[in-house]
Amino acid sequence: MKKYITRIAESEYIIIVLFGIVLLISRFLHMSFTSGISHNFWMFFIEMITFLPFMFILIGLIDVWFPREKVEKHIGHEAGIKGTMWVILLAMFQAGPLYGAFPIAHLLWKKGSSIRNIFIYLGAFATIKIPMLTFEVGFLGWKFSLLRTLFTLPVFIAIALLMELYLKNKQFEVKQP
Amino acid sequence: MILLITVTLLAIAASTIKDSKKTLLGIRKGMKMFIGILPAMLNILILVSIFLYLVPGPVLARWLGQGSGFTGITIAGLLGSVSLIPGFIAFPMAAILLKSGVSYSVIAVFVTTLMMVGIITLPLEAKYFGMRVAILRNVLSFVGAIIIGLLVGAFI
Repeated sequence: MKKYITRIAESEYIIIVLFGIVLLISRFLHMSFTSGISHNFWMFFIEMITFLPFMFILIGLIDVWFPREKVEKHIGHEAGIKGTMWVILLAMFQAGPLYGAFPIAHLLWKKGSSIRNIFIYLGAFATIKIPMLTFEVGFLGWKFSLLRTLFTLPVFIAIALLMELYLKNKQFEVKQP
Repeated sequence: MILLITVTLLAIAASTIKDSKKTLLGIRKGMKMFIGILPAMLNILILVSIFLYLVPGPVLARWLGQGSGFTGITIAGLLGSVSLIPGFIAFPMAAILLKSGVSYSVIAVFVTTLMMVGIITLPLEAKYFGMRVAILRNVLSFVGAIIIGLLVGAFI
């Protein structure tokens, strides 16, 4: 028993378990302050649980049908606009937080990508990954996602151009720590 | 929501016709991800439920709503820059806040800084690019995120 308690206390379920206990106790004691909170919670929970599984199935299907290896083959070989397009495409098929993109930026650097394309990769990775976009559309709607993507594209390209301008004549390199 | 469910069902149908094994693999992959984020998601739902109960709608709307102006944008930008919330959790949270009266531009700034700016990961970023470059990228991204947020707010 004690073992189970410590295991729960150390896991990410601790808040959930505590929350459940507090709700149960307050229901027995007829305390009113938690009813607003539990009303909020159930409202959000039902909304999430009805369509999150669909969203994740869609992401899983995208993942198996569009393998990133196909895109990776093109990186480094193409220069100019074409190279930029491949870098953006590669970034769109990734997943995870931005710091996961740094090692890939190092790889791009080693493969001979331009400074501009490395920062375009970071920008695209941060803002227009497909799994993330699926989520954004699902929760915030088409209009919001489309507008945000439309305005974000020129912004991260501009940032990449500024970075290139600044770093052009300096000895810049992407290290592998 | 109905659109998403329809698209998913159509995708499953099309995928099954082409390759049922691959479809099963994809569904399994998706469900695995779903179960993986479930505890984190529930935690955030609980915290947001408590937060929205403690902070009444009018107060939230005053600080982060339509009329909050630059204060709201600044709060959202700073919060987004220092947080490390994955998008899988940030978007549901943003949807709830939106319904509670937070404005579109505040949400756009929060979401964009969350994606592009990382104060906590700055030391890590500096290991790859050098401190000066890392700071420059983050500052430019912060400014860019504010511009994006204002534009989204103006056009939506």
